[in-house]
Amino acid sequence: MALPRRKHAHTTSAAESLVSAPASIEVTALTKRFLTPAGAPFTALKNVSFTVEPGQFCAIVGPTGCGKSTTLGQISGLDRPSAGTVRVAGREVRGVTEGVSFMFQADALFPWKTVLANVMTGPTLNGTAKKDAVALARDWLRRVGLAGFEDRYPHQLSGGMRKRVAMAAALINSPRILLMDEPFGALDVQTKAIMQTELLGLWEQLRPSVLFITHDLDEAVALADRVLVMTSSPGSIKESFEIDLPRPRGDVQEIRHDARFLEIQSRIWASLKDEVQRAYARTAGAA
Amino acid sequence: MTEWLPSGQSSTLEGTTMTRTPPTVLAEADPDADSTLERSVRQARRRRRFWLWTARIGFAVFIVGGWQLFTAQGWVDKFFYGQPSLIWKSLVHLFTKGTAFGSIWDDITVTLEEAVYGFFLGTGVGVIFGLLLGQNRFLADVLSPYIKIVNAVPRIILGGIFVVAFGFGMFPKILLAAVLVFFIVFFNAFQGVREVNPNLVANVKVLGASPLQVARHVTIPSALTWIIASLHTAFGFAIIGALVQEILGSTRGMGLIISQAIGRLDPNTVFAGMTIMAVITLVAEFLITLLEKRVLAWRPPSHSESAGI
Repeated sequence: MALPRRKHAHTTSAAESLVSAPASIEVTALTKRFLTPAGAPFTALKNVSFTVEPGQFCAIVGPTGCGKSTTLGQISGLDRPSAGTVRVAGREVRGVTEGVSFMFQADALFPWKTVLANVMTGPTLNGTAKKDAVALARDWLRRVGLAGFEDRYPHQLSGGMRKRVAMAAALINSPRILLMDEPFGALDVQTKAIMQTELLGLWEQLRPSVLFITHDLDEAVALADRVLVMTSSPGSIKESFEIDLPRPRGDVQEIRHDARFLEIQSRIWASLKDEVQRAYARTAGAA
Repeated sequence: MTEWLPSGQSSTLEGTTMTRTPPTVLAEADPDADSTLERSVRQARRRRRFWLWTARIGFAVFIVGGWQLFTAQGWVDKFFYGQPSLIWKSLVHLFTKGTAFGSIWDDITVTLEEAVYGFFLGTGVGVIFGLLLGQNRFLADVLSPYIKIVNAVPRIILGGIFVVAFGFGMFPKILLAAVLVFFIVFFNAFQGVREVNPNLVANVKVLGASPLQVARHVTIPSALTWIIASLHTAFGFAIIGALVQEILGSTRGMGLIISQAIGRLDPNTVFAGMTIMAVITLVAEFLITLLEKRVLAWRPPSHSESAGI
């Protein structure tokens, strides 16, 4: 395992890795502990290890509060592990990881910026000239089907449109890694399906490595190459499932009726069910 | 007809006829209903606006008229409480004949200058401190007890110290106005920084933003909502600061006119001065609202509506 990683790190020069070659993510024996506001120590993640190959779409499913979002914080470099290491493209994460984009469940759009300015934020922070940034942002808005909405403010858009803006803003810098924290969790079922299909389309063009957090198992199976099941807290990886549904997968709505899809889905559910019930019993007991 | 049918059958019969008729009725009435609805809503709005203004004007007439009536009848002594018609006369006198020191416009200009300088000084310092302390927890913890202590000092005493230290010129007035403004703006800017959406910060940090860029793209625009909301009250306080300091000791300004009128036991001139300052504050308030609308154009309308009062 260590050998191909090192090779990868050597073959991609520093300049190249800045652009868009997808990066591998290696999480080894990651543990994250912190104090709760009440002062009690709390282990959010315990001994988490997994690898995401370059260009792979990996989903993490798990019960509420199992530390899925904490994992993303560690990989982005915004947060530091208590123990263990995170490597991106073979290099250990210290400080903010380069070439990462985030997408959250809640809107992370700037409400005071127009749609165009929102999408432009990434290139602007990169130091891209304003003219090029505008052109790039316009191109991305066209790609997500929002040409003509450049001058609107986020509050003037529907939930689905805001998600498209967020997608364009996340992908415009051609990230090596896309971290998604239940990005479609707050959408209604139909919009969610449309957004998933569009995400797959865009991902197939750019092929960044994706770590996609969700508690919707159908979503995870329909989108991902691999699904990791996490245990309820302290979070750790329980099982890993390869999803061998052929790509391009096309319409997410239709793949749900595929016999192979249902088979994989029920296998993962068998593993996930215990964790969900355990997490539920804990919260019900606490309440 | 239903009497001889079993109950179940009768209900289904009724059910089918019921569901079939309403759609046709609706379809025929639909375009008509739309325009009548629009018309009636517009009418109701116009009626509401009419009554609103009638009630507003009526309220003013009731208060001012009542005041005039009570003092004219001698039920209330106009020597102590003034009288609207005399206040008007005093206003006219102030603007046509000026004061003991010259034209009233000079006094208005002096007070306004002091208030505006104080307003800008206080706002500037308040914003800078608010942003700095809002972002730096350690600095905030170090300075917060001192800020609370200074904030607890009664401003009028501070004004007294300023007279002793800086005399009767413009500077102590600007200073008192700035102190009053500072605390309002500071606390709002501070709170604004604390309320920044952490997702937005994480988002730009991941994109490689430097601390300065985080401030420029996220913190400052986000805190601006709070800061601008505080400016409405802040300008009123700038005027108060300038006036109070003038009353404590000055050679020009509206505060001097008012304090001299108090000395002469002339309530009408006091009220006239009050009216002038109120008009100025309202105009400034209007200008700040315009600024707010421009700067905060991105906000959903529901927010600015609540700020309208």
